[in-house]
Amino acid sequence: MSTAIELRGIEKNFAMTSVIRNVNLAVAQGERHALIGPNGAGKSTLFNLISGYMLPTSGSILLRDEVVSGLPPYQINRRGLSRSFQVTNVFANMSVWENLRCAVLWAAGHRYSFWKNIDNLPEIRERTARILEDINLTGRRDVPAGLLTYAEQRALEIGITVAGGADVILLDEPTAGMSHAETERAVALIRRLTEGRTLLIVEHDMSVVFGLADRISVLVYGQIIASGTPEEIRGNQKVKEAYLGEEAA
Amino acid sequence: MSEMASSAAPPFPTATEKLKFYGLWAAAVIALLLLPRIFPSGGSLTTFSLIGISIVFSLSYNILLGQTGMLSFGHAVYYGLGGFLVIHAINIIGANKLPIPLPVVPLIGGLTGLLFAVLLGWVSTQRSGTAFAMISLGVAELIASSALILRSFFGGEAGISANRTKVFRIFDWSFGPQIQIYYLVAAWTLIAVIAMYALTRTPLGRMCNAVRDNPERVQFVGYDPHVVRYLAFCFSGFFAGIAGALAAINFEIANSAYLGAVQSGTVLFATYIGGVGFFIGPIVGAIFVTILSLGLSDLTQVWQLYFGLIFIAVVVFAPGGITGLLMMHRPLLRAGTLARVLPSYLIALVPTSAMIIGLIVAIETIVHFTVHAGDDSHIKAFGVPFDAANRYVWAMAAILLVGGFLVARKTWARVAHAWDDATSGARAKGIAA
Ligand SMILES: Nc1ncnc2c1ncn2[C@@H]1O[C@H](COP(=O)(O)OP(=O)(O)OP(=O)(O)O)[C@@H](O)[C@H]1O
Ligand SMILES: [Mg+2]
Repeated sequence: MSTAIELRGIEKNFAMTSVIRNVNLAVAQGERHALIGPNGAGKSTLFNLISGYMLPTSGSILLRDEVVSGLPPYQINRRGLSRSFQVTNVFANMSVWENLRCAVLWAAGHRYSFWKNIDNLPEIRERTARILEDINLTGRRDVPAGLLTYAEQRALEIGITVAGGADVILLDEPTAGMSHAETERAVALIRRLTEGRTLLIVEHDMSVVFGLADRISVLVYGQIIASGTPEEIRGNQKVKEAYLGEEAA
Repeated sequence: MSEMASSAAPPFPTATEKLKFYGLWAAAVIALLLLPRIFPSGGSLTTFSLIGISIVFSLSYNILLGQTGMLSFGHAVYYGLGGFLVIHAINIIGANKLPIPLPVVPLIGGLTGLLFAVLLGWVSTQRSGTAFAMISLGVAELIASSALILRSFFGGEAGISANRTKVFRIFDWSFGPQIQIYYLVAAWTLIAVIAMYALTRTPLGRMCNAVRDNPERVQFVGYDPHVVRYLAFCFSGFFAGIAGALAAINFEIANSAYLGAVQSGTVLFATYIGGVGFFIGPIVGAIFVTILSLGLSDLTQVWQLYFGLIFIAVVVFAPGGITGLLMMHRPLLRAGTLARVLPSYLIALVPTSAMIIGLIVAIETIVHFTVHAGDDSHIKAFGVPFDAANRYVWAMAAILLVGGFLVARKTWARVAHAWDDATSGARAKGIAA
């Protein structure tokens, strides 16, 4: 199977501290891959590097065998990689509908066009409506994103991420702060929306991780200490010591 | 599935909504045609022309400020360069008898504004926020000072003039009389307003809003916020150039004031006072500020000071501008709870007016003693004569100002109360306020 994302010898230093240390990782096309590890391990930093938000200090990142490290985020996004943020990052003064529509435009080929009436683009309307239904916010369509509840904003965050139809999706703790019921719904949603796509997900909820992931990598102090199937990770002694602990395993 | 999905989309406008929408534009056209019949005097035609120019200029400014979230301190550059180029163009057209009629000349101003925005905008739109604001100020200073150095093009202090009636004529219109200029300005204002409105409804227009809200996230949905800002800047320069061209045609002169800081400040002022959050905000602001500046400058010498006070008051008390204030009342109107706040407004109006009158008398008195200390103390402000040296006048001003404020504070609290009551009443009826 071909690889969707490949990290080769990635290092990231902030000033003098090294946050990511020689990370090598390959995520196969169509795989659901979970990235777990303690707080401050560097999971979000890794997402920032992959999505072009930050430059690696050294090493290279490949998206479907093409080097993307060094490209700006919008170039990487146009090549089919989309990410969500751990801290909700939406267009707060715009309605839910407008938020999703903005996330659909580029992928649908409308770019910077200023000669088309946006309300007269049936396929944009259709795609936006579909995402709106998928994330269950139909009833909140015209509400400014900044006024949504926390769980609704998290759903919108996921919606914006998948709206463009990117086939590599990075989700950074999508269920953080959600209630049990909300988490279950979010996981079902993620499962459905990433069907047939590649998913790299950071998640602290182990039931989510073991239920969703085909493979798991464990990041501790900026290093990947183990990578494998859920069973392999569950049985890994190093992982038990460093992160999962006895009771979770 | 797709049938279901469509039902989640906003409904298409109903026939009545469409009728309302086009009816509004039609009403605007009719109003533009009727205005000169109702107010045929030369003075009012000039005022209308100035308002039209200001509307185009303010709307062009709001493409930056309200739509894309860019605060420019140098927007007059594109207005002024448009104006200068048009004066030169009129002279060249007249001298060479080129078959270019006056009505298409504003396009030359627009293209000039566009050209300079294309040239100067790429670097400054790299960032929004402080960096953009500072660069806009720097560029404005640069252009304004070159206007005084490059005398052959800008005409130095005096500026350059042109005779618009020497241009190729169509339909036998000389464009000498103000009424013909009025129609020219009105037509271009209408075209520019429609074009700028349409721009907000395009993919680019929507991405401008997204860049305003969250430029960081925009990058992760495929857009380069720099390009979005740059394109917005170019459009803004184009329409500013049209406004400058209309001004140049109206006055038949262009001088360095066109490009200056005062002009840049005035457009910021008009746009902000009108309200940056609504498409019609800058239109309201342009009308308000043009009429106010024409009116105030007749009534008092320190009219700019009052402008400043109004601006501060809007920034502090009504950040949504006049339009924002009015729009706040829409849900109340729909819920029928507007009547709960109106009486409190009327009550607050009395002491607030007293306070403002006291303030005006105090300002005019101080101005008399600081600026014209040697002159006769019997002065006139806002058409009302009074003796600035009279202690009773001072006492009255102090009482109005302080007493008015103390009483007004109580009535403002009442307004706040009534407002809460009216909005919760609206919310109870399911109307978000
Ligand atoms: N921009 C930055 N500048 C300096 N240090 C940073 C920066 N971003 C992250 N760090 C540091 O890098 C380390 C890794 O942070 P990161 O956010 O990637 O962790 P994480 O694994 O996502 O943690 P969490 O589970 O809490 O989200 C932390 O020590 C953090 O303080
Ligand atoms: Mg994190």
